[in-house]
Amino acid sequence: MGNASSMLTQYDIEEVQHHCNNLFSQQEIVSLYQRFCQLDRTAKGFISADEFLSVPEFALNPLSQRLLRMVDGLNFKDFVAFLSAFSAKASMPQKIELIFKVYDSDYNGKVTFNDILDVLRDLTGGFMTDKQREILYKPGLKMDVEIPVD
Amino acid sequence: MSKLNSSSSELDLDRPNIEDYLPTDSLHEPSGKLRLRDLLDNSPTLTEAAGAIVDDSFTRCFKSNPPEPWNWNVYLFPLWCLGVVVRYGILFPVRVLVLTLGWIIFLSSYIPVHLLLKGHEKLRKKLERCLVELICSFFVASWTGVVKYHGPRPSRRPKQVFVANHTSMIDFIILEQMTAFAVIMQKHPGWVGLLQSTVFESIGCIWFNRSEAKDREIVARKLREHVEGADNNPLLIFPEGTCVNNHYTVMFKKGAFELGSTVCPIAIKYNKIFVDAFWNSRKQSFTMHLLQLMTSWAVVCDVWYLEPQNLKPGETPIEFAERVRDIISVRAGLKKVPWDGYLKYSRPSPKHRERKQQGFAETVLRRLEE
Repeated sequence: MGNASSMLTQYDIEEVQHHCNNLFSQQEIVSLYQRFCQLDRTAKGFISADEFLSVPEFALNPLSQRLLRMVDGLNFKDFVAFLSAFSAKASMPQKIELIFKVYDSDYNGKVTFNDILDVLRDLTGGFMTDKQREILYKPGLKMDVEIPVD
Repeated sequence: MSKLNSSSSELDLDRPNIEDYLPTDSLHEPSGKLRLRDLLDNSPTLTEAAGAIVDDSFTRCFKSNPPEPWNWNVYLFPLWCLGVVVRYGILFPVRVLVLTLGWIIFLSSYIPVHLLLKGHEKLRKKLERCLVELICSFFVASWTGVVKYHGPRPSRRPKQVFVANHTSMIDFIILEQMTAFAVIMQKHPGWVGLLQSTVFESIGCIWFNRSEAKDREIVARKLREHVEGADNNPLLIFPEGTCVNNHYTVMFKKGAFELGSTVCPIAIKYNKIFVDAFWNSRKQSFTMHLLQLMTSWAVVCDVWYLEPQNLKPGETPIEFAERVRDIISVRAGLKKVPWDGYLKYSRPSPKHRERKQQGFAETVLRRLEE
């Protein structure tokens, strides 16, 4: 809470900035640290899943569970590195890599058709039947973006 | 034709529905033929989630604002130390004395009145009211409370309810010093609970328990009965249901607005220069909160009694609640957020996520048909 920024030295800020490839300014890192300390209520050094879910705006997001897997238990340095993909200065490959990781729920480096269906299921819930989701098979849909399968 | 199933989770009738308050989510209104990229690119949703992690309007409502330290310097530091000595060594003992004196006077008058005047109800009630107002004045004096009341004082009439924004339990004491309200409160443990079950019950206060589900109906019935009675003290309700940090207002619960009576809004704003009056019940007990107030210089606040409002024809209770929340927020300079205060204690119901899912699914299916 209050005295958070006094606990971050200039060395710490620079280290974190280097770790996220300078995608955040030093002021942004200080603000993120205040936010980190606000969410980490018991000062453990990381934010637990429960603490993330206490933010209602996050909890009602359909993809919250997938993001939670990626961000649960991260220390501050990794937390900033994770959020750096959302910065406007982040490169397109970095953003695509994040989206890829969200789809690749079993961490095998591959996104299969079922993975894509799973994410669509998360996004639409009970409002689309499985049959309707299989419009992905529909030949009429234009392929506009290629997801690199690394 | 595609048919969408309706939401399977049951409607929680007491919790206000967020979507009634927010404008319809038009985050992305894409048009034209559905492309594969629209299905695969979930970055808007991810960005929303990341945005919530970085900052969200709900957590902001409950952030205490501790005073910034300003005393790290040769001439200010001794001044600050002097201030601490005065506050803790002189003001605090004097205030404790004043409060003790107040309690002695109160108890020595209240107990006889309560026990001996059992037969003379009207007189007893009148005296009890005056005594409660008295002890609240002593409390306010014990924090050197400087309260400016604006507007006509509340009158005792049937079929009217008072609502106010909530920052701390001291809101109740500040309002009570002027008028002996019957308030509806969460039942607390400890000495507060003892006070609640003895003194406050005699002026007609009503208790609820957040954790009990059936409680709501019982409380709603008690509220209705109280409002109908002509002899009862005016009813004071804090529709936010929880303490908020006096910069924001969370959604008002509609219970106070569907009793069929006139609603008189009261706006309370504390001056933060003197002390941050927000009671962060997660961080400190009420006793610690009171001690913190008693070792500060003063508690300065403004209380505005605003124009009574009635349910307009064709208005739902939720719209009425929002309209009154608007009036109070504008008067006290508070920002409105569309969250239910009870989310402090529980997770949002799946209904809200389902709304998002429904919106997305409908968009996709609609464009599929184009």
